[in-house]
Amino acid sequence: MSPILGIWASQNYPRITNSYESIQTVTVGGGGSASISFTSIPNTYKHLQIRLLAQTNRAASVDSLQLNFNSDTGSNYSWHTVQGDGSSASALGFATQTYARIGDGTIGGATASGGYFGVGVIDILDYASTNKNKTIRGLTGVDANGSGRVGLGSGLWQNSSTAITSISIAPQAGTLFLQYSSFGLYGIKG
Amino acid sequence: MAAGSTYSTIATNTVSGTSTNSVSFTSIPSTYTDLVLIVNSQKTTSGVVNIYLQFNGDSGTNYSATRVYGTGSIASSFRQTSTIWGIAGNQTDSPSSTIFHIMNYKNTTTYKNFLSRYDCAGESTSAGVALWQNTNAINRVDCLLSASNFFSAGSTLTLYGIAAA
Repeated sequence: MSPILGIWASQNYPRITNSYESIQTVTVGGGGSASISFTSIPNTYKHLQIRLLAQTNRAASVDSLQLNFNSDTGSNYSWHTVQGDGSSASALGFATQTYARIGDGTIGGATASGGYFGVGVIDILDYASTNKNKTIRGLTGVDANGSGRVGLGSGLWQNSSTAITSISIAPQAGTLFLQYSSFGLYGIKG
Repeated sequence: MAAGSTYSTIATNTVSGTSTNSVSFTSIPSTYTDLVLIVNSQKTTSGVVNIYLQFNGDSGTNYSATRVYGTGSIASSFRQTSTIWGIAGNQTDSPSSTIFHIMNYKNTTTYKNFLSRYDCAGESTSAGVALWQNTNAINRVDCLLSASNFFSAGSTLTLYGIAAA
């Protein structure tokens, strides 16, 4: 074995891909937060990923997330989801919405007490494009040892000419994200 | 703004032989925010069993899971409560991939919910969420098959760490 190869093989971990970067993280403090936002998102990546841990104050075991881009609250969004609640699979979708709902019923609500936070991974593809509508997808879920739900979701923002520079996330039914909810925004280079 | 590159490989295990029932990642550093475990595997014998996770060596009935899946002819969902398994997917003698996302693994405030996506072209596809009812930071992850089942030689399990800004 050449000495160089030997050195290379021994330098195993940690390896860093250099293609995946943390952009910003928001953690909800005491008192909760009605929404969280990522602003001034640079256009230097190909895709974005949001990784989250969340619980809302909805008086139910589950809640959902609503996403808006660039402060657009017009009826320019649509979304679909397929989900399982532990006994059956179901699907639903809506067009001409004022937000993209991701994680339909798959984020922890207030009655899921005891620390049952929902978790999720949301991908926003080709977010900086100025000639394509923006598509997003999500894998989200919460299990509370006897209740909960898991789902795969997709969303569309019908705006082909504008790069996404800000993202707002709010509870769909509750009014607050609870303390310790955390949202991380990452950029993936193309 | 960006805090620099992340998504680092923590460790990779490649199964050798035909008697490995579990693969362990120990002494996981607390320097990351999330963990991602990518499993590319099959088992030595036919039949469908579960592939699942345990944390910190806890084999008590402190886990539960909810999954939605499709087999090519049906879509359905099931749940298991108070089990010893943080079930993520199935395992057969056909090649499959399973990706686990373990969020905020070092936090000591919340129970640990974690996600999985399982795909096996020869069997089914599924999404899952599982719960470990424990607020301790995770410092060890064991990936296991149901008893008396074994990973095939060449199966790979790689643990990555993602650090938030």
